[in-house]
Amino acid sequence: MAAPTLVAAAELGLVGRPAQASTATSGIPSAEITEILDLNDLMTVAALPTSGLVTVEVHADGTVSFALPRAEVGQGITTSSAMLIAEELGVPLDRVRVGLADARPELVFNQLTGASNTTISTYTPIRVAAAVARSRLLRAGAVELGVDVGRLRLVDGVVTGGGLSIGIGALAERAASLEVLRVGVTLKDDAEFTVIGTPRNRVDALAAVTGRKQFAMDLQVPDAWPTMICRAPTINGKVRAVGNLDAVRAMPGVSDVGVVSTGVAVRARTFGQCIDAVRALEVSWKAGTVEGRSDDDVLEELRRAEAPMGLKPLVPHVDATFTFRFRSNSALETNCAVADVRPDRAEVWSSLKSPIVAKKAIAARLGLSPGAVTVHVTEGGGSFGRKLFFDAALEAAEASKLFGKPVRLMWHRADDSRQGRTHPMARSRVRATHLAGSVLSFRQLHTSVTTDLGHGLGEVITAMAASLPVGDVAFSQTFFQLSQNMPYDFGASTRQLRETGRGFNTGSMRNVYSPDMTCARELVVDQLARRMGKDSYQFRRAFLRDARARAVLDKVAEVGGWGRKLPDGVAQGIAFHGEYHSMNAVLVELDTRPETTQRRIRDGVAGPRVTKAVVAVDVGRVVNPKGLEAQMLGCLMDGIALTLTSSLHLVDGHFLEASWDNYFYTRQWNTPPEVQVVVMPSTGSEPGGAGELGVAASMAAVACAYGRATGTMPTDFPINHDTLSFEPKPAVPPVPASPTDGLTWAQ
Amino acid sequence: MPQHTFRLNGEQVTVEVEDDVRLLWVLRDLLGVTGPKYGCGINVCKACTSHLNGKAVNPCAIPVGAVRPDDEVTTIEGLPDTVGRDLHPMQEAWLEQDVAQCGYCQPGQIMTAVALVRRVAAEGRAITDADLDGIRNICRCGTYPRIREAIRAGAARM
Repeated sequence: MAAPTLVAAAELGLVGRPAQASTATSGIPSAEITEILDLNDLMTVAALPTSGLVTVEVHADGTVSFALPRAEVGQGITTSSAMLIAEELGVPLDRVRVGLADARPELVFNQLTGASNTTISTYTPIRVAAAVARSRLLRAGAVELGVDVGRLRLVDGVVTGGGLSIGIGALAERAASLEVLRVGVTLKDDAEFTVIGTPRNRVDALAAVTGRKQFAMDLQVPDAWPTMICRAPTINGKVRAVGNLDAVRAMPGVSDVGVVSTGVAVRARTFGQCIDAVRALEVSWKAGTVEGRSDDDVLEELRRAEAPMGLKPLVPHVDATFTFRFRSNSALETNCAVADVRPDRAEVWSSLKSPIVAKKAIAARLGLSPGAVTVHVTEGGGSFGRKLFFDAALEAAEASKLFGKPVRLMWHRADDSRQGRTHPMARSRVRATHLAGSVLSFRQLHTSVTTDLGHGLGEVITAMAASLPVGDVAFSQTFFQLSQNMPYDFGASTRQLRETGRGFNTGSMRNVYSPDMTCARELVVDQLARRMGKDSYQFRRAFLRDARARAVLDKVAEVGGWGRKLPDGVAQGIAFHGEYHSMNAVLVELDTRPETTQRRIRDGVAGPRVTKAVVAVDVGRVVNPKGLEAQMLGCLMDGIALTLTSSLHLVDGHFLEASWDNYFYTRQWNTPPEVQVVVMPSTGSEPGGAGELGVAASMAAVACAYGRATGTMPTDFPINHDTLSFEPKPAVPPVPASPTDGLTWAQ
Repeated sequence: MPQHTFRLNGEQVTVEVEDDVRLLWVLRDLLGVTGPKYGCGINVCKACTSHLNGKAVNPCAIPVGAVRPDDEVTTIEGLPDTVGRDLHPMQEAWLEQDVAQCGYCQPGQIMTAVALVRRVAAEGRAITDADLDGIRNICRCGTYPRIREAIRAGAARM
């Protein structure tokens, strides 16, 4: 690619968000903090001061490039960002190249990928940068063509006017040499959009289907040999002593073995030889951080930490308690990073959603100044919250320093599942009072194992603390209160988060608190409807406060044929969730009949099957409906797994799950054969968030359907947690042997 | 150190490595062929699915010593050449459905799909829901519905 010749930056004033439309309903209004300020507003405002440092570059070959200061982990933001540039600059989408920026500390709070905030926070800055470039290209075109700028247009990468035309590539150099001016730009009116709002395929799709898309472990960094860690049999156990370092060092292919803070690192010519060496190591371990503890111990600790619900009310009420087990946010790409650490500098490659924090942490671990550490953000093979942290990058840096050689460090699947971060176990208690057709109050007490937010979001919250309406409380409280809301007019609505217990490797998982909170709430909504003799859909409809909320609910009811006759054991469930300025409703049909639940699946769980799902989504302004639909599909698969199949079992200080045939994420045999996603027409001019939006209502709809199909409200999630559906692999050695019978499975 | 020779994507290759190293690591770590991905290393996730003499296999579970000199190993990189085109019809179907999200599992998904369609065609029948339900490849992004659509579309053109 040619050197950039024109660099255009956005510089913005504060961008306000219009107040949300709210219409009267039959219920009792409840005030919601999130209608005044939510987590996304906080993140967007925090990113704003550095938005001018985001630049679009036009090259002499007519291409446009942009280094996105966010992590692409599958959510489609390189595609949607390219669409914004194509729209405002006036170039074909296939000439826009969006890469991922290295860690840029000067961006401060503007390089954190999370809370479904990317499109919300970058929608205007990227468009402004592109519009500035467009304006400069037009001015250069005016000089070059000798035509008044007012008569020129820039379409499809060509400046045209007065019967003349010239490509932007030929103008890039001249545009750059124009004096630097603060130029005011006018963004395109929504009605003029030809790219934004149209369905587009992913810009990296061809690379993905040909195997050319490069993830961290595919990079060919010289001498960065495969490296793996031998880990303790219990969570976070540390090395006491190693009995056979020299013998393992002499194993085939092995170049280095040494103790690091999380275990024993092995560097070898191939990962296969790393696995063999890890299995051969004789290590004695110190106790882990949750030594001896099992699921029931944690559950008891949650019970003890719960806030009191108070005296029994004198009016009719629903009381319910729900348990949500530990779940893994492990992606298909395990934790991994490449590191090349030299005495005076270091270079790291990894998929990182908080690269600035990672850079500082790596520098501190290595005893280098942050300026001496270069952190490249690679394309990620999924995140689901996992890549907010940088556990593998820290280990890779430590191992590279120890060995004095570059390393390509990757976690084994067994480690990624057992020692990787988890969504914490939680209990949610709900009390709702009702009288004479009204819901008087709704109180939800959520008690959870502590969620680690130490990945940079905490820094954002600290910096913004003074302007928060929730006062100076812990990060997690701020996160909780700014992300949770009550969409129904249920009178006095209150919620509270209590956290307890440390020692687990936790992290936020896709949609964070919302799936559990919403699942509990929607199940109680069904109970209220039943007690009050109302239909589940009509009841929700009557109490939903927002017109956009009612519209998505109506849409799934209509498309999904709410209320249609189904056989015994098959039932519909419907649920709503709003967050990130977006609205989502899900309707599912769930088959709980024995012939379905007892299907024989080798090394898998059949269980009840969602046979049909309808998802309706309103994100305000849609950028790429095809990408939005993809996110809803993924969210639906997550929600199905959360309700029906996926959990970690804590036994004696460690998790049992070591494989995808132990941790039952949704598989093809659990996938609904019939799925429809309805993207609602844009209802506003600003995009809402979407990457996590659909998980909560999906989980809740499946749970509600299960309750209706079986006649019993489920209260422990996932519903199959009490049945251990696999034989646990040993914890010593920590990783299973590589099989040798692959040829016998050829088909 | 032992030498191993086999055919890889239409070319004869020879590598020097111990017999018991699994084919996945020979491909990725020694030959730099990175289309097949690691997702578990125990023949569960199927992210490394490739073809051996036209059948779907998982190289994470095949010692390189078990591969014979005349065996043809096809990875996603070599799939288009098997039909003499820039893209295999299944890859085209994948693009049309815009299946990939993160894309990590998709080379394995496509290789599984192609072998499945061939197997079903050899049985003289069309792809069924049960065939699709039987696919074991993990997609943690949850692209399963689009995978099902793409396989049906790709099968129609194979």
